[in-house]
Amino acid sequence: MLLLSGFAADAAGPGYFGYGKPATPAEIAGWNIDVHGQDGVGLPDGKGTIDHGADVFAQQCAACHGTFGEGEGRYPKLMGGESTLKGDRPEPSVGSYWPYVPTLFDYINRAMPLSAPHTLSADDVYAVVAYILNFNNIVPANFVADRDSLPKVKMPNRNNFTWKDPRPDTAAKECMKDCVDPKAVKIISSAEGKDLTPKTTGPLDTMGN
Amino acid sequence: MSGPIRQGHWHKSRRSILRIGAAMAGGAVLGPAAGAAEMENSPPGEPDWTKAIGAGVVDRPYGRPAEFEKDVIRRNVPWLTATPESSVSFTPLQSLDGIITPNGLFFERYHAGRADVDPHQHRLLIHGLVERPLVLTMDDIMRFPSVSRIHFIECPANGGMEWREAQLNSLQFTHGMLSCAEWTGVKLSTLLDEVGLKKEAKWVMVEGADAARMNRSLPLEKCLDDCLVVYGQNGEALRPEQGYPLRLLVPGWEGNVSVKWLRRIKIGDEPWFSREETSKYTELMPDGKARGFTWVNEAKSVITSPCPEKPVAAPGLYEVRGLAWSGHGKVKAVDVSFDGGVNWHSAQLQEPILSKALTRFTIPWRWDGQPALLESRVVDETGYVQPTIAELRKVRGKNPIYHNNSIQTWQIKPDGKVFDVQLG
Ligand code: HEC
Repeated sequence: MLLLSGFAADAAGPGYFGYGKPATPAEIAGWNIDVHGQDGVGLPDGKGTIDHGADVFAQQCAACHGTFGEGEGRYPKLMGGESTLKGDRPEPSVGSYWPYVPTLFDYINRAMPLSAPHTLSADDVYAVVAYILNFNNIVPANFVADRDSLPKVKMPNRNNFTWKDPRPDTAAKECMKDCVDPKAVKIISSAEGKDLTPKTTGPLDTMGN
Repeated sequence: MSGPIRQGHWHKSRRSILRIGAAMAGGAVLGPAAGAAEMENSPPGEPDWTKAIGAGVVDRPYGRPAEFEKDVIRRNVPWLTATPESSVSFTPLQSLDGIITPNGLFFERYHAGRADVDPHQHRLLIHGLVERPLVLTMDDIMRFPSVSRIHFIECPANGGMEWREAQLNSLQFTHGMLSCAEWTGVKLSTLLDEVGLKKEAKWVMVEGADAARMNRSLPLEKCLDDCLVVYGQNGEALRPEQGYPLRLLVPGWEGNVSVKWLRRIKIGDEPWFSREETSKYTELMPDGKARGFTWVNEAKSVITSPCPEKPVAAPGLYEVRGLAWSGHGKVKAVDVSFDGGVNWHSAQLQEPILSKALTRFTIPWRWDGQPALLESRVVDETGYVQPTIAELRKVRGKNPIYHNNSIQTWQIKPDGKVFDVQLG
């Protein structure tokens, strides 16, 4: 009984259960890869030049992202799209959309190249970051990327994000009768005949529903 | 005969007709589809399966659906993504009953493919602004007090392909990045109590053990409220596709934050602004500004029968069925329109009605064979009313990609076929 009531205690303090092992500094260091996107806290030692970045990029990234980040096939573009964000067909990219540079280091170090993730040294990651910033015309040719320089680079789109959810931003009412003029009910768009829908019967990936 | 009954789908078709009930003109619908051999298995004939004994126990030690259900599978849209390792598959909502998604049909979303993790070597590291940084094994995690909760997970890009126009003629592809399960695990607050938060703690970073080491930031408040660290899904271990052996479950919030293959929780005082919360999972507005940290999936509903995959057989009496859900809590009401939103009728909500879980609704409908425009509209317990796509576009334009929770319109044509349309 005593045990049971103790088990459910909400006020249980740190170490109440005592399960698991204290994390050692070495264990933490091995996995502690995160970099703060805004101020770069967590960026590691190392540095990289644009020239070196161009080499690494050509070998490790260009097959999917194109030599200058223009993107191959459906793989993401890493450049371009400036002044498209207010348009009908926006092209958000690292250059035109991303608010913070350290995020770029963090993500490449975390997940790229897609087929051999996190195999690059910190120097190589710094170098491709420098190269990507350069082909987006954000840093000059002599830029060297390191933990001090990256947080200082101002991305063109950084001030266009709001980090507070403004929703609900609609105010529909639960109207039940005669809510709209029946004559105003018009179909403005239909999926019929567009041939974009895979079949939902039979083998996978067959188009034409 | 009107379209839906196709040769080769006899058994499934018959089942769905039986479900619709006695009011249907059964003979007229069943007649032409049924071959002579099949009729021998119906009264007055003696069915083949009664003539011989069947397979014994453990013939299928795990078990699987009947072979007639082989079309009921997750499917993807091949043109949508560059590679299947960074992609999404969709739950066949058109073929499911109830509020629980079978584990094998739960939608998938990967950023670097499915991680196949050995639970004996998997570890959860909790560190940062804590008193006692900890490494926990799966056995350790399973010893903590456990809870089970039913919650949906919806990718915020569900319906994302419909922001510009009606594109996909299929319930599976317009709404199938949505599933619901009973999750079992430990409250995140229990784990945070155990490590002891320092007083500067405000934000929590969660990270997966997949090849993308996918990470997101969460405000501490939500973590202490209702987040779970789960290992059980509908009574069994999580599926690898859902993060085996351990995932985070953030009830009601966009699916991406429910990080799978959870390996690390770091406590900090500021958000991380990771790639998945800056480049992705932010919504671009018409004025060029973008919204970030828009986590909640606002209330949404959809009619699941009829739908493009489940056309209407013939005029007669039907039960219209659907699902409603809200990231803000419980579903309060669902209304259904048969005339494109001119008049609405209260649908019946089916028990259980749980917070941040799928809720079923039904309403009878006598179809006279005339064109119709079917819609459902949910109201959640906060009083929020699901908007039309026109109302959403007025505020958010056509390019947000995420959080399209608009009313879905199904157009019923005189032949009973159903199409995905949008009204102006
Ligand atoms: C095999 C193809 C492939 C290779 C090689 C590759 N990438 Fe990628 N990259 C992708 C895919 C696919 C995505 C999108 C992943 C997702 O959204 O989950 C991506 C995303 C990115 C992004 C984020 C784009 C955005 O706007 O959000 C960056 C930056 C990036 N890659 C950089 C690199 C770098 C640097 C390298 C080389 C070191 C590299 N990639 C190699 C396929 C590749």
